Amino acid sequence: MSMSQIHSSAANVAEPSGFSFENTLRNDMILGLPGASMLPQVTKKTGTTIVGVVYNNGVVLGADTRATSGSEVAEKNCEKIHYLSPNMYCCGAGTAADTEKITQLVASQLELLRMNTHSPSRVVTACTLLKRRLFRFQGHISAALVLGGCDINGPCIYQIAPHGSTAKLSYTTMGSGSLAAMAVMESSWKEDMTEEEAVKLVQRSIGAGIFNDLGSGSNCDVCVIRTDSTVSYRRNDVRPNEIGPLRDAVNRSAVLNMIPGLTPLKGGPVRVPHPAKVSLADVDVVMSTSS
Amino acid sequence: MSKQHTTRPITTGTSVVGLVYDGGVLLAADTLLSYGSMAKSFNTPRMVSIDERILLGASGEYSDFQEVVQKVKALALEQKTQSMESLYEDRPLSAKSLWNYLRAVMYQKRSKFNPFWNDVVVAGYENGSSFLGVVDKLGTTLQENCVATGFGAYLAMPLLREQYRPDLSEGEARALLEDCMKVLFYRDCRASARIQLAKVTADGCIISEPYELDQSTGWNAPSMIRPVGDLDGDGGW
Repeated sequence: MSMSQIHSSAANVAEPSGFSFENTLRNDMILGLPGASMLPQVTKKTGTTIVGVVYNNGVVLGADTRATSGSEVAEKNCEKIHYLSPNMYCCGAGTAADTEKITQLVASQLELLRMNTHSPSRVVTACTLLKRRLFRFQGHISAALVLGGCDINGPCIYQIAPHGSTAKLSYTTMGSGSLAAMAVMESSWKEDMTEEEAVKLVQRSIGAGIFNDLGSGSNCDVCVIRTDSTVSYRRNDVRPNEIGPLRDAVNRSAVLNMIPGLTPLKGGPVRVPHPAKVSLADVDVVMSTSS
Repeated sequence: MSKQHTTRPITTGTSVVGLVYDGGVLLAADTLLSYGSMAKSFNTPRMVSIDERILLGASGEYSDFQEVVQKVKALALEQKTQSMESLYEDRPLSAKSLWNYLRAVMYQKRSKFNPFWNDVVVAGYENGSSFLGVVDKLGTTLQENCVATGFGAYLAMPLLREQYRPDLSEGEARALLEDCMKVLFYRDCRASARIQLAKVTADGCIISEPYELDQSTGWNAPSMIRPVGDLDGDGGW
């Protein structure tokens, strides 16, 4: 029980509702103390490159797949393009838990709304739901999002910042690799691209983030949402960092890769394993009651 | 006697971008001098040539750059006229040795907590090959085929790394650098569209006059001009 709850229950006063920001002041004070840099970084941030582009028949979203905890790679192939509705997906940068949860919450809200209104969700609805929640938490929910989808008003991309500001754009990038990705966008974006050109641009932008930003890496996920309501969610569309060949090139001792037949048989009855790969150890031997 | 130490840059220049191409080195920088968020001057050159054979460019505190240039010009003159060897033969300053001299100067200043607050780019062409190096305010040196200081490290380097080839012609190198300067103008608050290009080859240095980047296509895309907040559309912005 927090102190405010104890005091108010003692005085029979209604408990305050809404989010309590008390601890934020305490946390800031702790971070300001000497030795604060020694504190372990606990939040798993995505340290990301995410992009979104509008083209002539829809939108293309792209994201890298590296999740970091400080300077360690926490996950090499995480999913940063989150489902919101059949016609909308949302890329998330910032604290991984925040982006995951907030998109799931809004996806549920949108599904209930679709049941109530009997019509497909609009991108501006998702944008408004997200920004209102983020603003309420004053930036403490560290989620920077690139929302993209197609609805009755056509294809659009929204960029949503952690404090709740939004911008409706034809192309945008967010995350630690956003400058590298934006350099490629500003250099090569043009109005009314074809799907192939847009996907290629997104792959190049994410590639710039993967190779030039240390917080981004591994593979590139792509999601194409078209105005005819089809979606291509291409997980690991580009895999420029395959380590399979590198690992296979390492000469490891044969002791680690035992193949059948290494040990020569000295003779005697050979117990061939049962074709179904079961043995006496797999069955219970029970005395038969009938004789 | 109390000493003052540099704690922050006041009058600043933004990125310098450069690359090695087939036959020389090309550098680019804009000519904006910023005073915090104020544009102090639109026509300040941030690249100079030493002995018409070496190019020096810098971002960061402009007064420190001016001091560094003065020191370097004095060094070049001294080496040309006062060294014993200069009596018998012409041994001008080489870009690589100048780069190393700057490293020593910058490192010494920073060790006394009073740095020259610059990222200095040194470019030259000697012994039949190009030289491009950078020295930062801590005395760190890098010799690379593509360099970019300041914001350019985040915006221009990805483009340079993607498109650099050792056999670029001068025209291709120039187009690549102008593309980088255009992206910097779009996304760096302290950059301008008025730029200078500088080239050093076996024939020496040339620094162009400042000129404006072509912005005719920048903000003309219909989707950028269309108002988004109207209720005609989805009402979102």
